[in-house]
Amino acid sequence: MTFLEIDAICKTYDGAPLLRDVSLSVERGEIISLLGASGSGKTTLLRIIAGLEVSESGRVLLDGQDMTHIPVHQRGVVLMFQEYALFPHRTVAENVGFGLRMQGRPRSEIQARVSEMLGLVGLAGFDGRSVVQLSGGERQRVALARSLAPEPGLLLLDEPLGSLDRNLRERLLEDLALILRRVGVTAIVVTHDQTEAFSLADRVALLHDARVVQVGAPETIYRRPATPWVARFLGLTNLLPAVRVARDQVDTALGSLSLDSAQWTVGTASTDGYGRGIVLIPPWGIHLTDEGARANVFTATVSRAIFQGRTTELWLRTGETTLALTLELTDGTPRVGAAVRVWIDPGTLCWFQSDPEAPPDAVTQMRS
Amino acid sequence: MKPGPTWSYDDAPLKPRFRSQGGKQGSDGARGRSVAAYALLVVPFVFLLIFYFYPLVGIARASLLGLDHLDLAPLMARLISPGILRVIRFTFWQALLSTVLTLVLALPGAYVFARYRFPGKQMIQALVTVPFVLPAVVVAAAFNTVLGPTSGLSRWLGVDLRYTLAAILIAHVFYNYAVVVRMVRGFWSTLDPYLEEAARTLGASPWRVFWEITLPLLLPVVVTAGALVFIFCFTSFGVVLILGGPRFATLEVEIYRQTINFANLPLAAALSLMQILFTLVMTSVYARLQRHISRPLELKPQWATERSPRTPLEIGFLAVNILVMVVLLALPLLTLVIRSFGAGLQYYATLFEDSRQGVFYVPPLAAVGNSLKIALMTTGLALALGLMTSLATYRRGSSWLIDALFMLPLGTSAVTLGLGYLLTMDRPPLALRGTVALIMFAHTLVALPFVVRSILPSLQSIQPNLREAAALLGASPVRVLAEVELPIAWRALAVGAVFAFTISMGEFGATSMIARPEMPTIPVAIYRFLSRPGSLNYGQALAMSTILMVVCVVGFVAIERLRPPGPQAF
Repeated sequence: MTFLEIDAICKTYDGAPLLRDVSLSVERGEIISLLGASGSGKTTLLRIIAGLEVSESGRVLLDGQDMTHIPVHQRGVVLMFQEYALFPHRTVAENVGFGLRMQGRPRSEIQARVSEMLGLVGLAGFDGRSVVQLSGGERQRVALARSLAPEPGLLLLDEPLGSLDRNLRERLLEDLALILRRVGVTAIVVTHDQTEAFSLADRVALLHDARVVQVGAPETIYRRPATPWVARFLGLTNLLPAVRVARDQVDTALGSLSLDSAQWTVGTASTDGYGRGIVLIPPWGIHLTDEGARANVFTATVSRAIFQGRTTELWLRTGETTLALTLELTDGTPRVGAAVRVWIDPGTLCWFQSDPEAPPDAVTQMRS
Repeated sequence: MKPGPTWSYDDAPLKPRFRSQGGKQGSDGARGRSVAAYALLVVPFVFLLIFYFYPLVGIARASLLGLDHLDLAPLMARLISPGILRVIRFTFWQALLSTVLTLVLALPGAYVFARYRFPGKQMIQALVTVPFVLPAVVVAAAFNTVLGPTSGLSRWLGVDLRYTLAAILIAHVFYNYAVVVRMVRGFWSTLDPYLEEAARTLGASPWRVFWEITLPLLLPVVVTAGALVFIFCFTSFGVVLILGGPRFATLEVEIYRQTINFANLPLAAALSLMQILFTLVMTSVYARLQRHISRPLELKPQWATERSPRTPLEIGFLAVNILVMVVLLALPLLTLVIRSFGAGLQYYATLFEDSRQGVFYVPPLAAVGNSLKIALMTTGLALALGLMTSLATYRRGSSWLIDALFMLPLGTSAVTLGLGYLLTMDRPPLALRGTVALIMFAHTLVALPFVVRSILPSLQSIQPNLREAAALLGASPVRVLAEVELPIAWRALAVGAVFAFTISMGEFGATSMIARPEMPTIPVAIYRFLSRPGSLNYGQALAMSTILMVVCVVGFVAIERLRPPGPQAF
C-alpha cells in the first residue's frame, strides 16, 4: 500500500511556479531520492511534506490521512536539515533525545535509546559533548541520530551530505546508505548529486522546471532518460539532432542510424512519435570497430582526443559536422588526425521527439 | 543623565576588522609610529584628566570633607537617613519596574522586526528609534502634555497622571523600547529559523519550541538588554525631575535638589559617590553580560530569516505590535507638536519676544543662541579630541586600556559630572564656574565616547594593504592620512560631528547643574518654562521642545544616512 501520497502539489514563489502539479507516491520502507538542480523546488517539496510550508493546492496523504490541517509537530515526519540545525545550547545527548522527550518517553528509555542511536552512527560516548565543538562529519551523524531516534514514520533528508567536503562525503555516503537500510525507515532524500541519489535510493524522482520529469529505479533512469534534459543532467551529452524517418530509423548528421525500439520499456510519449527530434548516443553504446560497411558503422576523423582517465573524449569530424563523443576505451587512444570506424549499438539509443511548439533550432541549441 | 544613546549595541565595531600590523613587527618605522601614536594621545588624555578624573576626585574629597582622619561614620550618618534610604529604594524600584515593563512590551516588537517582512518596515523601524535620540526634557514635555489634565487620555481615565509613578514608567518605556528592540532584534534575526523548525518536526509544539529553543538562545541578549535598560532608568534624571514632580526622586534628582535647592554640597557629593559606585558595579556587570551574548552559532543573514506573516493570527500579532509602537511612541510626539501649535503660531512667535518678567528671565532666543554656540564649539572640540584618540588607537592596534579609558565617561551620570565641576572648577587656573566654556567641556566629555565609536571602526575597517600600497607609492604618513585614510573615513567623521552636535543640543543633566541662570541652554529653558505657571510659559516650552525635537530628528536621520554600512554601534 502507498504510505505517502503527494497529490498534485502546486507552489509559486514570487509569482514564479516552483512546483507544478507534483505528484509522487512512496511505499512503506522505501527510500526515494528527489534529484534536481538547485532551485528546482526539491527542498520546498520536502518542507511542504513536513508542514513547514503550505502549498497553494494539492494534498499530502500520510498513511491514507490528509495532512493538510495536521500541525508540524503532530505529523511524525522528521526533517534533517542541510546544515543540521543542531541546538547549540544542548549537548549531543540532549539533541538526540529531544524528539523522545517531546513524545513524553520516560527518562531511562530516552537514555537507552540515545546510546543506541549514537552507537548506530558511530558516536558512542559522545553524549556529554557540546555540539559546537563537533566536526562537520560528527554534526551530520548527530543530526542523523536525532532524526532517527523518535522512530519517525517518514524521514526527510535535505542534502544530507551537502555541507561536507568531498572526501568526507564519499565516506559518509556509504555509512548513511547502510544506516538507512538497517533502520528500514521510509525516507525521502533531496540531493543535487546523482551519485548520492543512486546509492541511497530505491527510486529516483527527477525534478526539473517545477515538475517531476521522471521517476524510476536508478538504472532505468540512467539507461532510459525520459527527456534530453534528464540525459544532460545525468552527464549523457551525446545528443544529436535527428529526424525519425521510420520506426527504427533516424537521420542524423552522422548519417542514418538504426534504433531498436523494441528495447524501450519506458512507455513515455517521447519514445514514440516521428519527425524532428533528438537522439541520445550513450557512451557505452559507441565502440571502435574494424568492421566494414554495415548499419551504424561510420568513418570519422579524430579532431581532438582528450584523455580523462577512465574515459577519453574524442572529437570526431564527419563531413561538415564535428561531434564530441565520450567513449570508454580499453586500449590506446587514437591519434589526432587518424581515421577511425565506430559502431553504434542500436539497442542503447534513445529517441526524444521535439516539442512541436519549439522553434526548429531549439535542437541545435541543446548542443551548445 | 538622560538615558540617551550611551552604549554600544554590540562590541563588534570596537574590534579591528583588519588587524593593523604596525607596532607588531618591531621595525623602526613601526616603533616610530607607535611613539607618534602616544604623542597623539597626550591632548585627549590631559582633557580626560582635568575634566573627568579631577572632578571625580573633587566629589570624593567633598563627601569626606571635614574629616581629620579617615572616619566614615559622618558620611554614613548623612546617607543613612530615612529620606535618603527612601530615595535609594525608589531608584531601584522604579528602574526594576521600568525594565520589566519595557521588556514585556518590546520583546514582541523585537520578534516582529526580526522575523516578519511587511510594508513600511524600514520606516517603522526608524520611527521606533527616534525616541532614543530625543533629549529627556523633550520627552518629559511630551508626556506632560499627553498625561496632563487637558489631554484626552486623562479625561478618559478621569485622573491626572502627571507626577505619578505611572508617568515615570511610561516615559521610561518610551525611551527604552528602542534599546530592547534594536539589541534583541539584531540577535534574533540572525538566529537560524531552522532550529525552531527542526524542533517542530521532532514533535515540539509551538509553545515548547519557544520555551526549549528560542528563549534559551535569546536569554543572554534579553538579560543584557534588560541590564542596559536598568542602568538607563537607574540614572534617569530629566524624566524623573519633570514628570515625577516633587514627590519622587531618584538618586540623580536628589543630587540635583541637594545642590541647587538646598546647597548641601557635602550630602550631594556623598550621594554622587554612591551613584558612581552603583553605576560602576552595574556597568561592569553589563560589560560581562555583553561578552556572553555571542554564542558560536551559525548566524543567518536577515533576509534569510524574515518572511511575510501568513495566518490571520500572525497578521493580528503584527498589527497589535505596530499599534503599540504607534500609540506608545508616535502619539506623545505628535501630541507635543500639535499642542505646540495650540495657539496658532503664537507660542513660536513669543519665542522671539523679549518680555522680561523677572530677574532671571532670559529671552528664549538667547537660549537658542547659547545652545547653538555651545553645540558648535562642542562639535569642534569633540571631533578634534575624538580624531586624535581614534588615530592613536588605530595606529597602535586596538588597546583595551585606551578603549576603557575613553568609554568611562559613558558610565558616569551627567549630574554627577556637573556636581564635580561645581566643586572643582572655581579656583584658578580652572576658574571656569559659570562660563560657557565649562558647559562646552562637559558636553564634549559626554559626546567624546560617541565620536570615538563613530570614527574608530571606520578607520579600523581600512585594510592595512591600502596604507602599505600608498606608502610604497611614495606617500608619507601624513599624505597617507590625508589622501587615503581620512577620505575613506569622512562619513564616520560626519557621523561623529552630528552626534556631538545633537548630544550637546539636548544635554540637560550636567548643564542644569553648571549653567548660570542668565545663561540657559534650550533644555534648561524648557525646564524653566515647564515649571512656571501659565499657559503661555507652557506653550513656549512645547514650542521649544518641538524645535529641539526637530533638530535631534534631523541629526538622527543624518547619522542613519551617513553611517558607513556595517555593524551598528551607538
